[in-house]
Amino acid sequence: MYGLLDCNNFYVSCERVFQPRYEGRPVVVLSNNDGNIISRSAEAKALGLRMGDPYFQVKELLHQHDVAVFSSNYALYGDMSRRVMWYLGQTAPAVEVYSIDEAFLDLAGLEKYHGSLDTFARKIRAGVKSRTGIPTCVGVAPTKTLAKLANRIAKKNPDLVGVLYLDNAERRAWALTQVEVGDVWGIGRQYAAKLAAAGVGTAADLARVPDAWARKHLGGVVGARLVQELQGRPCAGLHPSEDGTLSRQSLSCSRTFGRPLSAFSDVLGAVSAFLSRAAEKLRAQGDTAHVLTVYISKNRFATNVQPPFSRSATLTLPIGPTADTTVLLSYARALLNRLWEPGTVYHKAGVVLDGLEPPGVGQQLTLFAPTPPEPENKREEKTAATGRPALMASLDALNSRFGKGTVRLAAAVPAPGRGGVVGKAHAAPWEGKAQWRSPAFTTRLEDLLIVQ
Amino acid sequence: MREIELIRVPAPTSVPFLLPYFSCLVPAGFPSPANDHAEVEGLFDLNRLLLRHPDATYLVRVSGESMAGAEIHAGDLLAVDKHLEADHNHVVVAVVEGEVTVKRLVRKGQTWWLMPENPAYSPYEITDPDGLRIWGVVTHVVHELIPGKLHALLHTRE
Repeated sequence: MYGLLDCNNFYVSCERVFQPRYEGRPVVVLSNNDGNIISRSAEAKALGLRMGDPYFQVKELLHQHDVAVFSSNYALYGDMSRRVMWYLGQTAPAVEVYSIDEAFLDLAGLEKYHGSLDTFARKIRAGVKSRTGIPTCVGVAPTKTLAKLANRIAKKNPDLVGVLYLDNAERRAWALTQVEVGDVWGIGRQYAAKLAAAGVGTAADLARVPDAWARKHLGGVVGARLVQELQGRPCAGLHPSEDGTLSRQSLSCSRTFGRPLSAFSDVLGAVSAFLSRAAEKLRAQGDTAHVLTVYISKNRFATNVQPPFSRSATLTLPIGPTADTTVLLSYARALLNRLWEPGTVYHKAGVVLDGLEPPGVGQQLTLFAPTPPEPENKREEKTAATGRPALMASLDALNSRFGKGTVRLAAAVPAPGRGGVVGKAHAAPWEGKAQWRSPAFTTRLEDLLIVQ
Repeated sequence: MREIELIRVPAPTSVPFLLPYFSCLVPAGFPSPANDHAEVEGLFDLNRLLLRHPDATYLVRVSGESMAGAEIHAGDLLAVDKHLEADHNHVVVAVVEGEVTVKRLVRKGQTWWLMPENPAYSPYEITDPDGLRIWGVVTHVVHELIPGKLHALLHTRE
């Protein structure tokens, strides 16, 4: 049996824990750079506000209904997420952290100790609430896909008090009829339209399609597995955390820029800064990465911009896996060069590190491994495939002791005269605006909650 | 020149604050020759010693002197455990009409009160249990005896 625990309106809930005056009032949280709505309280949903609504389009409505608006505060959300996941790790035998506010739990064999899994799910839910103040819903089912589906139903039906356990065939059959096919985990918008055209409207219809049909029309074996999972036959176990740790399978860092950027050096600066952050996280969990992706995006809301709005380039590192920021950056620069269209205005960039594993695992020594691309500065030493672990360790130690970004790669530091637009004297041009950000209540001494 | 921030809020689990713990006693006289052979017996994580539920513990700052009688003063740091169940005589952080406050939770006969520990402030009777929520139970007070970082923090954000 698998459980899926999902925090309700996570970002809004985090804000409310430290600012209880917003309980019972409509609240929204905006994406990076105050762009779009990314989290809504139940009251805000009732006003008709939707996920992804651009702030400028709904500004009037927000004002009219006195909706509390927050910029995203990832320092706070990250710490609250860490607390939730840490507790889950202490409580369930195995946890897969699926996103900042969701985790799959392996509940196999727990009935022996907890009676019904329904009781156990309620206990976990109460545990998260009492430790963090965050409300959650839990779906429990024989497969991950069904656990997701159960969670969704628990969210929509307050009568279930946050938990739905699909313990028998009748209950599973009922649950499948409650969910539209487009809301099934793994069915995107395109497949949903295709399925609707074929007369498959609900998850129940989808669970009935023959294996061959699923293979043919739903992307081969992936689709066939999805249908089997809906039928209650597990095709996927827990992924990154089967070893009991809370490590991630892939790491990414992306931001919308504070203002549109068109100079290569500015965008490279942003990519360097994001890559430094991702590589730092990579080293913090003791892994190396095999695959590097860089992407840059134009503003899809701007009138004169032609698709494709976003271009990405992925590279399997020819030198083998590494966690060295300088090595990764030399490849990231090459990838960015490949994507770059001169004269284009960019509005977002990101990097993704995939294929993560601890150093030395399944790695073959090779006689003919190529060296990383030559750094532009010829005097710079060539780095071996392993990079310079001691240098990276010192870098991380300094930044951990003296604060984030104390020591940076030169590429990630804005050139003199290019910053300063965001109000702060040294803000980089890619740093976003966040007009309504709440204090970092749990991670910064100056920002702690004040009690009278 | 920008001030360099040296104090971090301890992340309760991930960054243990380790203090060396020596196996020998400290004599208030002549140093013992055995000290040369004293070895570090273990490392002490103060967070683990003090905080029963690190994932459920939050630091908050005190403003005002309403709890002066309980040795809780403006500028102090409080460790608040959200997981502990509040009971009679606990110092708690409570939410009253949307605002957070630190007071002692006291039961008198059939009624519950939030009691300040300063005659200049008046007690608050909990008449509507729905209008009040216990945010957490205060487990420790960090009070600075020599003016330093916490004193310097006193006037930020007020």
